[in-house]
Amino acid sequence: MDLYEYQARDLFEKHTVPVLQGAVATTAEQARNAAAKMGGKVVVKAQVKVGGRGKAGGVKLALDADDTFEKAGAILGMDIKGHTVHKVMIAQAAPIASEYYVSILLDRSNRTFLVMASVAGGMDIEEVAHTAPEKLAKVPVSAVEGISLAKAKEIVAQAQFPTDVADQVADVLVKLWETFQSEDATLVEVNPLVKTEDGRIVALDGKVTLDENADFRQPDHEALVDHDTANALEAAAKEKGLNYVKLDNGQVGIIGNGAGLVMSTLDVVAYAGEKFGGMRPANFLDIGGGASAQVMADGLSIILGDPDVKSVFVNVFGGITACDAVANGIVQALELLGPKATKPIVVRLDGNNVVEGRAILNAANHPLVEQSETMDGAASRAAELAAK
Amino acid sequence: MSIFINSTSKVIVQGMTGSEGTKHTRRMLASGTKVVGGVTPGKGGQVVDIDGTSLPVFNTVAEAMAATGANVSVVFVPPKFAKAAVIDAIDAAMPLVVVITEGIPVHDSAYFYAYSLQKGKTQIIGPNCPGLISPEQSNVGIIPSDITKRGPIGLVSKSGTLTYQMMYELRDIGFSTAVGIGGDPVIGTTHIDCLRAFQDDPETEAIVMIGEIGGDAEERAAAFIAEYVRKPVVGYVAGFTAPEGKNGTRRCNCLWLIWNCAG
Repeated sequence: MDLYEYQARDLFEKHTVPVLQGAVATTAEQARNAAAKMGGKVVVKAQVKVGGRGKAGGVKLALDADDTFEKAGAILGMDIKGHTVHKVMIAQAAPIASEYYVSILLDRSNRTFLVMASVAGGMDIEEVAHTAPEKLAKVPVSAVEGISLAKAKEIVAQAQFPTDVADQVADVLVKLWETFQSEDATLVEVNPLVKTEDGRIVALDGKVTLDENADFRQPDHEALVDHDTANALEAAAKEKGLNYVKLDNGQVGIIGNGAGLVMSTLDVVAYAGEKFGGMRPANFLDIGGGASAQVMADGLSIILGDPDVKSVFVNVFGGITACDAVANGIVQALELLGPKATKPIVVRLDGNNVVEGRAILNAANHPLVEQSETMDGAASRAAELAAK
Repeated sequence: MSIFINSTSKVIVQGMTGSEGTKHTRRMLASGTKVVGGVTPGKGGQVVDIDGTSLPVFNTVAEAMAATGANVSVVFVPPKFAKAAVIDAIDAAMPLVVVITEGIPVHDSAYFYAYSLQKGKTQIIGPNCPGLISPEQSNVGIIPSDITKRGPIGLVSKSGTLTYQMMYELRDIGFSTAVGIGGDPVIGTTHIDCLRAFQDDPETEAIVMIGEIGGDAEERAAAFIAEYVRKPVVGYVAGFTAPEGKNGTRRCNCLWLIWNCAG
């Protein structure tokens, strides 16, 4: 889960990473009050989970509370790369002397954690990595060792931070590691980390990504979930514990067991759909290895509730849960759904007990269900039905 | 021959007394795996009867190894306790630990992987994987054993169901070993580790590699094949139509790749 900047700021504050005063506002009036409380100049920043908001006009300096009201009013409701701005952050303005960059992230390729640090901050770090790689220090961090003060000093030296800020930056790195580890983050990024004119080191803007697998031991993270922006179907699926992603411009609803098989199914449907006027998969839905009747019913009801869906392709390989159990699940699911099931469903079963599974579906003889023996055949038929 | 497990592998089940652990211990026994015991902290000394096989339960992996000579552990422990279970196995210098558990926080996986490197005695497969099978010899994890028979193909895959699908398609030829390495961001055994083992295994004549979008593991595997593997390899990467940026996935091309097949 990616956090908004203001949420990242709050987490930093909780772990004593130095930050400036900040407040979040959903109306211009709230923004004015926040600015009045802080006093002096403030920065009004659009809260969107997408880069490039500065260039899009989503960050503005405000001179006082009334100016904050104006600026926040202009930014709220703005569209930034398809994201509507619902919240702004009001942050204390600070005179900046230098801008740096630090981040801690999960390095999948090397199966470890990685610290990146640079004295060339404030800009796109991928740009720095590309044009001036010598200015970006990359230091692996073992999950067992973590970042001690000694390790932090090593990183600061390697990134060639000026000596007047070295100790402060090392201290920030230790606190960022504490944030990263104790919050189960997979990314903690500060860009820019600034030196103010009076010589303080402050995290001015931050990005944090949290690991949802750790929700069981992070009860506070539930409050950070952004319910407003989630797709309604995705929200309904999440409530039922289903791994569902809505896809744009699709007509064929997809249900499968196993993420790899579902991804492969999307590929096959997109390919088959080319022959029927460009029919495409409407969603990703993995019902997992178990595939009980209830899970199948939940999955079917989500997909049938999607107005874009014109036909459904159920693609199941019977492994531990054999095909006969899956077929029974489909039959029971259709009974549970009753008249809510309105769209043609193409089922492809393969694997363990496939003969029994197909026989069960044949015996049920549901008017909406037809079977296909191969994945390609089923994809083609589902695309054809969607195009009708 | 086969890779990682064979008919002599002695397997203990961490979390055997839980519902998933019991269910899959039964399946592993039924497919001929030499399961020799289980580990559940606090339940040491109990004996569990599974379809007529009496299996002793131990408090720690070290005790289980000392008593049974086990050289493989398979972990069915829930996410909350998985890190402690894997560390217990690493501390006992268990040679192979297969972590089936799904949903382990990545900080925990990164920790036990780093810890296994420090200790240098333990190979981890997974987490969030279906395990591995050398048909007619040993089956460690949750892969159905009745899909295919023993044969000359080696299979390595990130995906569970695609593994089963591929085993089914090629069931008449058969497999030396099929390994599901799991799709989590941090995994213990990679495509490359399996490719190396298959290249070195005399029973394996051809290799199938299945990947998924996310990360650069497939690109690295391709480079490794060019450098090291001399047997025919067929590779597949799923995810052509996966949505950009959602659920941590990235758009990439669906690929069928073939190496070393000329002649």
